[in-house]
Amino acid sequence: MSVLVDKNTRLLVQGITGSAGAFHARQCMEYGTNVVAGVTPGKGGQKFDGKVPVFDTVAEARAQTGCNVSMIFVPAAGAADSILEAVDAGVELVVCITEGIPVMDMMRVKAQMRGKSSRLIGPNCPGIITPGACKIGIMPGYIHKPGGVGVISRSGTLTYEAVWQLTSRGLGQSTCIGIGGDPINGMSHLDAVKLFNDDSGTEAMILIGEIGGSAEEEAADWIRDNCEKPVTAFIAGLTAPPGRRMGHAGAIVSGGKGTAAGKIEALKAAGIAIAPTPAAMADTLIAQMKGES
Amino acid sequence: MNIHEYQARELLQRFGVATTRGKVASTPEEAERIAREIAPSEIVVKAQIHAGGRGKGSFTNGFKGGVHICHTPEEAREIACKMLGQTLVTHQTGPAGRVVNKVLVAESAQIGREIYFAVLVDRPTAAPLVVASTEGGVEIETVAARSPEKIIRESIDPLAGLQPFQTRKLAKHLNFESSQLKAASKLFDGLYRTFIGLDCSMVEVNPLVVTTSGDVLALDAKFNFDDNALYRYPDVAAMRDTAEEDPREVEASKHGLNYIGLNGNIACLVNGAGLAMATMDIIKYYGGKPANFLDVGGSATEEQVTEAFKILVADKRVEAILVNIFGGIARCDVIAQGIINAANTVKLSVPLVVRLEGTKVEEGRKLLKESGLALITASDLADAAEKAVKAAGSKSSAGSPS
Repeated sequence: MSVLVDKNTRLLVQGITGSAGAFHARQCMEYGTNVVAGVTPGKGGQKFDGKVPVFDTVAEARAQTGCNVSMIFVPAAGAADSILEAVDAGVELVVCITEGIPVMDMMRVKAQMRGKSSRLIGPNCPGIITPGACKIGIMPGYIHKPGGVGVISRSGTLTYEAVWQLTSRGLGQSTCIGIGGDPINGMSHLDAVKLFNDDSGTEAMILIGEIGGSAEEEAADWIRDNCEKPVTAFIAGLTAPPGRRMGHAGAIVSGGKGTAAGKIEALKAAGIAIAPTPAAMADTLIAQMKGES
Repeated sequence: MNIHEYQARELLQRFGVATTRGKVASTPEEAERIAREIAPSEIVVKAQIHAGGRGKGSFTNGFKGGVHICHTPEEAREIACKMLGQTLVTHQTGPAGRVVNKVLVAESAQIGREIYFAVLVDRPTAAPLVVASTEGGVEIETVAARSPEKIIRESIDPLAGLQPFQTRKLAKHLNFESSQLKAASKLFDGLYRTFIGLDCSMVEVNPLVVTTSGDVLALDAKFNFDDNALYRYPDVAAMRDTAEEDPREVEASKHGLNYIGLNGNIACLVNGAGLAMATMDIIKYYGGKPANFLDVGGSATEEQVTEAFKILVADKRVEAILVNIFGGIARCDVIAQGIINAANTVKLSVPLVVRLEGTKVEEGRKLLKESGLALITASDLADAAEKAVKAAGSKSSAGSPS
């Protein structure tokens, strides 16, 4: 079992003819993802790699292929528009990989998505993968293994680190969701936690956060009162200097808020096990599942 | 990116925000001329550096204070003469201080009362938020701790923008008199348009003042820009003053590297921002101190890795280097070749610990092995951090030059 994406997912790739879009569309197809359509304005009517039909608009792609999830590789200046185009066409899940979208653009996207049924993952994220079934994004597929741990993260490579630790110890993953490192994004930690809590195929969760904002604290509040599955967390940025943006646009401690220490306190108070280092994420979860912490 | 006070004033004036009259000067003569042009009874001369605490700072030549009130144009010239080309040390600059290349010469406002006013991106609501207080002139964090009830918040619909009624509401909350309502509303509207018009993540005016004659002015403004949107404003991007930044960061940015300098002795080179931060954390966990944050990104080229390496090696504080790569998009062989290239051009005088995992890991490890480079390999992240801390420690205890 899994959340959001599986064998039945019919994927659209927006920006499929660009270099990153083409490369990763192929990687996803190799993994077994069912890529049914691509969109590049002006290239409608072409076939990608001789088999995937390319359309000028998402509306056409949706009408003709029944695609229900979109993966966006459009450059930052046009990515917000691409998200809105997918939402307008009724695509159920929009996964935006693009990094560097201006915050103001995302603010308008969020406002326009209110009341719509589409979900957004990202932007500035590695994507989402249900091991053995469907890979949507830029993560290396081979490190994953089907199983029962749900992984939620704001960071790409830190997710790979967690997944690799799990797989190396024989623990598979139900679904891994990279929610992205931007200050304003789609799905939150909390949204993902709720999905995993309801998923019968997920036995436990790893939640990876970092400095900035209060999304981890909000997830912690809900977990304390509602979550019945073991959750282990790691928060990056204990050594980050205040006021500096640590790579991710959202990773900044401002006015004493959003510190790693504050987040760790809140998570601990909610009964979540904290991995003391990024090398101990899987071991901390295993100990917790055995009831050792 | 930070900008100077005089540049912030320039940006505000573009959007019709009222400030005191004044201009920036690079020479004492220019300072005198500007003071003569403005010609009120009181002139303020302010050293332009990217650091707070200027008023209480002192120059290395012994002159006290980076902010002075003058009463004649001649006096403005004399003060400017003592500041320009000199090094100002404040509690924010560190002992090295900053060289003052420009001074702001402006009329000194006769302050009746001070207000705090900021527009920022509020993450939880994903909307612009005005934060304001009648307690201006002090840090908002202090107000939040002492008297949180004195902080006003007004959320703005990102699609509709700041509405005129909201500016009036804010003005009333901030105790403006009815006669000042129009001026206050205009100023708030201008600040909001500045915030939106330049893709800021924050515009903070502290203080916003009401003068004794009833004028409403933005006296000092701090801007935080969205780096991802700066491409839309080349004129703002050109305001960057690299002399005010860490030279290691300036060099890194030339090569498209995401680097932040810190004070520790263990340099790190990592792919991915989250993993880079986590690598710093694990160095600290094992008793070491990170010298930097460095994310070479997913699409790093050999050249970028080589340049990154040169920056790490050039840092005199560095006593060990830790390379931590989890190849996803980034390929371990590319990173390995970059390290080898760098080692061929710069002398590697400190221990190098390498942990490679992920895409093309076998190829990467083979390249490093065949290069004959003296390096310490690590099996996982914890092992890498422990070895780096140990290597740095042994180097300093051996008394090697740092």
